Amino acid sequence: MNRIERRFAACREHGRKALIPYITGGDPQPDATVPLLQTLVEGGADILEIGIPFSDPMADGQVIQAACERALVHHVNIRRILEMVREFRTDDVHTPVVLMGYLNPIEQMGYAAFAQEAVAAGVDGILCVDLPPEESQFFVEMLQENQLDPIWLIAPTTQAERIRRICEVARGFVYYVSLKGVTGADSLSVSDVAVHVANIRAATRLPVGVGFGIRDAAAAGRIAGVADAVVVGSALVAQIEAHQSEPEVMYAVVREFIADMRRAMDAAAVETALGGER
Amino acid sequence: MSSKVSINYGEFPDAGGHFGRYGGRFVPELLMAPLEELAEAYARYREDPRFLAELEADLVHYVGRPSPLYYAQRWSEQLGGARIYLKREDLNHTGAHKINNTMGQALLAARMGKTRLVAETGAGQHGVATATVAARLGLECVIYMGAADVQRQSVNVYRMRLLGAKVIAVEAGTRTLKDALNEAFRDWAANVDDTFYIIGTVAGPHPYPAMVRDFQTVIGHEARRQILEREGRLPDALVACVGGGSNAMGLFHPFLADAGVRLYGVEAGGEGLAGGRHAAPLATGRPGVLHGNRTYLMEDADGQILPTHSISAGLDYPGVGPEHAWLKDVGRAEYVDATDQEALAAFHALTRAEGIMPALESAHALACADRLAREMTPDQIIVANLSGRGDKDINTVAALEGMEL
Repeated sequence: MNRIERRFAACREHGRKALIPYITGGDPQPDATVPLLQTLVEGGADILEIGIPFSDPMADGQVIQAACERALVHHVNIRRILEMVREFRTDDVHTPVVLMGYLNPIEQMGYAAFAQEAVAAGVDGILCVDLPPEESQFFVEMLQENQLDPIWLIAPTTQAERIRRICEVARGFVYYVSLKGVTGADSLSVSDVAVHVANIRAATRLPVGVGFGIRDAAAAGRIAGVADAVVVGSALVAQIEAHQSEPEVMYAVVREFIADMRRAMDAAAVETALGGER
Repeated sequence: MSSKVSINYGEFPDAGGHFGRYGGRFVPELLMAPLEELAEAYARYREDPRFLAELEADLVHYVGRPSPLYYAQRWSEQLGGARIYLKREDLNHTGAHKINNTMGQALLAARMGKTRLVAETGAGQHGVATATVAARLGLECVIYMGAADVQRQSVNVYRMRLLGAKVIAVEAGTRTLKDALNEAFRDWAANVDDTFYIIGTVAGPHPYPAMVRDFQTVIGHEARRQILEREGRLPDALVACVGGGSNAMGLFHPFLADAGVRLYGVEAGGEGLAGGRHAAPLATGRPGVLHGNRTYLMEDADGQILPTHSISAGLDYPGVGPEHAWLKDVGRAEYVDATDQEALAAFHALTRAEGIMPALESAHALACADRLAREMTPDQIIVANLSGRGDKDINTVAALEGMEL
């Protein structure tokens, strides 16, 4: 059992939904990433998602593009991010770490080197945003050889047959994109999400995480009622951006932001459990 | 050469949109279904006689096709070598080859029940061509344009607005064409139900490279017929500028099987390849993945996309269509560059010798034709694609020469 499986198993055991915050590696500057990861864990994060900055992040909205640009000012590349993961791992050997990025920086590093160095640094899963399963055979082989979980996105536009095919190659968890658009978009409908999550559950026993458009604790609580994990990215990165000039304030705000979501999700889980008994 | 002629170029791309190792479909999951829907619709309508008849009628009566193949006699004689014919795409409605593609895609969008068009634009030619067909078909239109390009192409911005399009200046990244593409993809992702994304070049995820090529091959089919009528034989060389590469692919494709016709694609050499300020991924880049396809890219060692430079906004792009990447690797086409200065010189030369003012993009092709022609003899023939007219560029040219209009 790897770290991601263990964490979801522990969550299930405690009737808890996993909280998965996303930050861009190296944002707002490289020294902040490890303290931010530790802060997220203190706030109640279960799995950490670290974005590999890319110059042309076409699946992301303005907030994360700006975060990428802040990191790229410092020339943060994949190896620098792996150093950060290694440093984080010296104090935390349990919290799973997922890298999220675009294919080109990974391809320039080389699939084999990337997979080997990532697992050696203590990474658990890889989500490559612009790599569909159709183009991924060699990449997935490299990940599996190195015991890294390929994490895949499923979108509102993904049809049943395709959901099935994606779930066949997915490991760890699957990530449902809760609305049409890019990261940071709004207009989230919980009942729509519930229908789609049910469709995904029909195709896999993997945990289902939901992300895109979850802006605050209230939304996180509602989504926790229908999914196994809640992913929060842009709303968190916006807090980092707003407080980047005062690091101590930034860490405090981030901790509280995540803790708020944690409380809302835990409250929702209790409600669901009670509702289930009635 | 024997191994090269055995390729059946008509069989590319494969079902997944691959030209050899290039092309494909590298997009976020959200866009996979709309791309599949587009590929299916295109496969259906490209065989539909009524669709093709409607497109043909619009190309004739609205765009003004066929465009002439003009023998540039005075310019050729000045150069003292090969005879140069110009394929006059500058005479199309809206002044460039771009409308061949936007007309086709907009008719397809209407057939698919889409009511809103989005597009990216660099120089503004593709944006104008999209806004034009949107007006013609009564469709809503949103154009994304890098903020830097909005400044240097203000006339085209105003043209698009007059045509009823909403022009959105993109402030992210390098504020040029690649950032406009990112933003157009984001718009499409958020509005897939009612929106059709008209990509302006032979790049992007499958089926765009093949579909845009097909709509642009009207250039090459006409040129082939016209040169056979005029000269009774095929030309020795074809020359076209390559940014994304749609005018070049449109001209080249119907000649790919004609092994005796040499194909020259001309990238933007900017201030010279050595200094890095250029837009020549085929000459200096390496394969990578951007904007939905695998192709040659200008990128750094970490895989970050590099800023580009060209005197012409339409060539100012760090990637290139995947079919060009493949034609380079298999050796069927040759890719060279022309610098800003060479393009500017060709702009003036053609203007004074023939009374035809070329777009700065097309002037790159003319600079190459100039070099080739001097090495050739008057019994030889070059066809150069005059992909657009230069009126849009007179402010740029004047500014470079220290004049304010």
